[in-house]
Amino acid sequence: MTKLESKIPDGPLAEKWTNYKAHQNLVNPANKRKVDIIVIGTGLAGGAAAASLSELGFNVSVFCIQDSPRRAHSIAAQGGINAAKNYPNDGDSVYRLFYDTIKGGDYRAREANVYRLAEVSNNIIDQCVAQGVPFAREYGGLLDNRSFGGALVSRTFYARGQTGQQLLLGAYSALSKQIGKGAVKMYTRREMLDVVKIDGRARGVIVRNLVTGKLERHAAHAVLLATGGYANVFFLSTNAMTSNGSAAWRAYKRGAFFANPSFVQIHPTCIPVHGDYQSKLTLMSESLRNDGRIWVPKKKEDAEKIQKGQLKATDIAEEDRDYYLERRYPAFGNLVPRDVASRAAKERCDAGFGVGSTGLAVYLDFKSSIARLGKNVIEARYGNLFQMYEKIVDANPYETPMMIYPAIHYTMGGTWVDYELQSTIPGLFVGGEANFSDHGANRLGASALMQGLSDGYFVLPYTMQNYLADQITVPHFKTDSAEFEAAEKEVQERINKLLAVKGDHTVDSFHRRLGLIMWDNVGMARNKAGLEKAIEELKALRKEFWQQVKVPGTNDGLNVELEKALRVADFLELGELLAYDALNRNESSGGHFREEYQTPEGEALRNDKEYMYAAAWEYKGDDQEPELHKEPLIYENIEVKQRNYKTA
Amino acid sequence: MSKFYSSVTKKIWMSFMGLFLMTFLVVHLSINLLLVFDPTKNLFNEASHFMGTNPFIQLFQWVLFAGFVVHIILGLILQIENWVARPKGYRLKAISEDSFFSKYMIHTGVIIFIFLSIHFVNFFLVAKGFIGEIPKIQIDGKTADDMGALVIALFQMPYYVVGYLIALMILGFHLDHGFQSAFQSLGLNHPKYTPFIKGFGHFFAVLITLAFMSIPLFIYFSK
Amino acid sequence: MDLKLKIWRQPSAHADGKFVDYQVHEISKDASFLEMLDILNEELVNKGEDPVAFDHDCREGICGMCSLFINGRPHGPDNAITTCQLHMRRFKDGETVTIEPWRAKPFPVIKDLMVDRSAFDEIIQAGGFVSIATGGVPDANAIPIRKQNADLAMDAAACIGCGACVAACKNASAMLFVAAKVSQFALLPQGKVEAKERVQKMVAKMDDLGFGNCTNTYACEAECPKEISVTNIARMNREFLVAKLS
Repeated sequence: MTKLESKIPDGPLAEKWTNYKAHQNLVNPANKRKVDIIVIGTGLAGGAAAASLSELGFNVSVFCIQDSPRRAHSIAAQGGINAAKNYPNDGDSVYRLFYDTIKGGDYRAREANVYRLAEVSNNIIDQCVAQGVPFAREYGGLLDNRSFGGALVSRTFYARGQTGQQLLLGAYSALSKQIGKGAVKMYTRREMLDVVKIDGRARGVIVRNLVTGKLERHAAHAVLLATGGYANVFFLSTNAMTSNGSAAWRAYKRGAFFANPSFVQIHPTCIPVHGDYQSKLTLMSESLRNDGRIWVPKKKEDAEKIQKGQLKATDIAEEDRDYYLERRYPAFGNLVPRDVASRAAKERCDAGFGVGSTGLAVYLDFKSSIARLGKNVIEARYGNLFQMYEKIVDANPYETPMMIYPAIHYTMGGTWVDYELQSTIPGLFVGGEANFSDHGANRLGASALMQGLSDGYFVLPYTMQNYLADQITVPHFKTDSAEFEAAEKEVQERINKLLAVKGDHTVDSFHRRLGLIMWDNVGMARNKAGLEKAIEELKALRKEFWQQVKVPGTNDGLNVELEKALRVADFLELGELLAYDALNRNESSGGHFREEYQTPEGEALRNDKEYMYAAAWEYKGDDQEPELHKEPLIYENIEVKQRNYKTA
Repeated sequence: MSKFYSSVTKKIWMSFMGLFLMTFLVVHLSINLLLVFDPTKNLFNEASHFMGTNPFIQLFQWVLFAGFVVHIILGLILQIENWVARPKGYRLKAISEDSFFSKYMIHTGVIIFIFLSIHFVNFFLVAKGFIGEIPKIQIDGKTADDMGALVIALFQMPYYVVGYLIALMILGFHLDHGFQSAFQSLGLNHPKYTPFIKGFGHFFAVLITLAFMSIPLFIYFSK
Repeated sequence: MDLKLKIWRQPSAHADGKFVDYQVHEISKDASFLEMLDILNEELVNKGEDPVAFDHDCREGICGMCSLFINGRPHGPDNAITTCQLHMRRFKDGETVTIEPWRAKPFPVIKDLMVDRSAFDEIIQAGGFVSIATGGVPDANAIPIRKQNADLAMDAAACIGCGACVAACKNASAMLFVAAKVSQFALLPQGKVEAKERVQKMVAKMDDLGFGNCTNTYACEAECPKEISVTNIARMNREFLVAKLS
């Protein structure tokens, strides 16, 4: 299969990136202004790439869906950003960060990419500090580090609980600097609805102006997608409301392979769903599990009474509580990995022992910690989280246990890209969460920010230049070509079709149903029968959507329902591919758990012989099955083991 | 005007002038208080005479005058710009926890300006001989105006006293915000000292107001 | 709970607007304010009416996209939260809730409750950055920074750019927003290098855009969802004065 050429440079792992840069093609400074680049999305990857490419001298146009490039969902990341600085002198190194990331990803990521990520991680911290990002510091004036998610070293840099915000504002300030100079053209409140290809290369996009409803054509020599993940295919997730998979999905339908869609991360400590009207889920820091004990009632009748509001958590006697994580995993107790904790909660709730009015929640109890350490210590550690919880749920976690439930919050899968972060469409690059490259089947905490900025500041400005080196003689593209004409027409027809359905059900009602199918069958625990059922249900739902959806208003102006309808139409297809991928992968790895493939203790059981590959799916037509391409993953520098967190 | 001077520049001038006018108030008050401490009004008349004849003071009164003009004109410009900045207001506007009197600086300012104009007519123009007649007295063998008599005569009129008291209260409100606000505009805000500045601002406003008020009350009730 | 809503409806930027009354029924007290509006919108869509347009995105109080002037206060009756973090238990059954867009000349209404806040971006573009390009920067620990200053810079940098300060200010002044950015950089050695140019450019842009003047009313601080202090405004005034005098 020649189509999947990962373009990993030759040479020893540690020298690949250096070699690449030493031998890559460059564009003469005077020629850079002859070359146009489109960037979609202004999160960490998009914002950083747009600023950096513009600083080099390229003509950059940037598009974002919000009213300002400062609001991309990268802003919501709390914990921190990893880097192999080894400031604490605790033995960290580029190799160790590389190793931890590959292992954390359950050996489903590409070695060369991850090594490069670890290598440039240090430059990111330097860059951000120089931008004026106010990272946490020690009294001596140097940067503070904390430990995160099972790593044996402290390598996480942070800015209170708002690291994502501060890093994004850093990238936004760099981008603003370029916009102010007139070097970047910024388009806000625009949504990309298609990629335009000319002679097989990505040469532009069709975007919809969300305020006027007008479709706009924009041409360039290369296009970069940095549009984030597709977690909202589950309807309820910790993602922002406008986070969507449409840009990646449109690229897929134009020929960009989509890789590992089933690798989705579920976070165990979120505030549970409280009603049908709920629009989104809120993450509570994972650190709570250090001092909280997770339990549900031992007796089903107690659980039922709690669900009906006849009993309170504090009414359940100690001997009637089932600390199921401590029971099932005595060695790790409440600190089992994210995926294990999530699945165990789901198992108890499915069996009818869940709490809360919906029965889809478990308790996270601080009573014994408060008794052991005192309220002051707990308050110092988690005060702000408790406060946030109280605001949302109206219950005091010092007195009554918190209720938590797992929620979808990150997607490791995404558009397939090679070492240069270029998709299978020449000239279409993909960065950040939107690509599939670095996290394998599971992402470690504090690595998402690292990847976004690594792609944006330090990888794409090089690799895109390599691609553009022979494009300097290609004149600026006009947008009146037949290809643009046809692409816009297709988008316009899709919009007209949605507006013409005039059915009886709102877009949100379909999105909710989609989410439910996904969550029940393609969520935390999957099996063959459930996945096959989900695929059938998704096909039927998609059909119903196009016959029954109600999109009021017109395309002349702001029409939020139309925006949502376009996104949900794509999600319905993306969900199906996700299920296909999950069905194809007859193993459990990282965020993908197939009930058929587990150890007797309930741990994920990989099948390295048959599935040590990245599954890249090629679009073959709306009613055709997608075609699977396998990119074998070769580990030359790391010994592949079963994940074992006993020795971490 | 905004084309020539930034909003911050205007605010800085506003606060300089405000603080300058406050020092004038202190001087004015200390002279007026002489009427309370010395019922023979000799001390007051001597001070008035000094203020009215000393060449430095004569020169300085133009600086003072300019201070008033700058403060008033800037205040009006700032206010007009502020109105323009929100062409359509809210239907419902709750009161936030904030500096209450700051919202009424233009109103209190305008009232003070009216009071000032009356005051100007009653005293300054009279003293300068433009209107009315002032009784004369002898100071150090020279003929001088008996300003004290003029003040006492005015403070015999109940309406005048009431009006004067109201105007002073309004001035107090103006000062209450103005004092600490001036420091903020000049960038003098520090966690250690700002609480003191704010406290002193309230104290200063109350002190100036009550002290000024004591004079007409003293004269009116001791007639 | 049942509520009566009085919502500003305006079809487009240049159209006339008016308040329209709506009723919502059986709203859970655990619903968020925006979820209550979602329910209203779903009803409107089902009736074939145009749903109410309002800005929102992350729904966890960090992106700064949500706005709304609720019962006379930006982000509603609670302190230190954004509208998306406001929950219906803060309201009484049967209460009338008035919902208006941010009002300021530089924040024109786009539709209904949605306003255009790109003026904030323009202010940042005028100088809210450190003029360095990617690459070629010193090691992150090369310049130690006093912890207290780093913390104060972080306090200022917590701004989410929502515009509540402008909405709350009786003068529609953007001083708190501008001051937060000026302050963040003024407190850090990396930002000090071009501090003088920065403060002048940002203030000039703020004035050009038509924001009002600061009268030290401090409503901005009282309504800021991130509780950004007005000491930042004083710091900016100081920076400005020093820049002008030197």
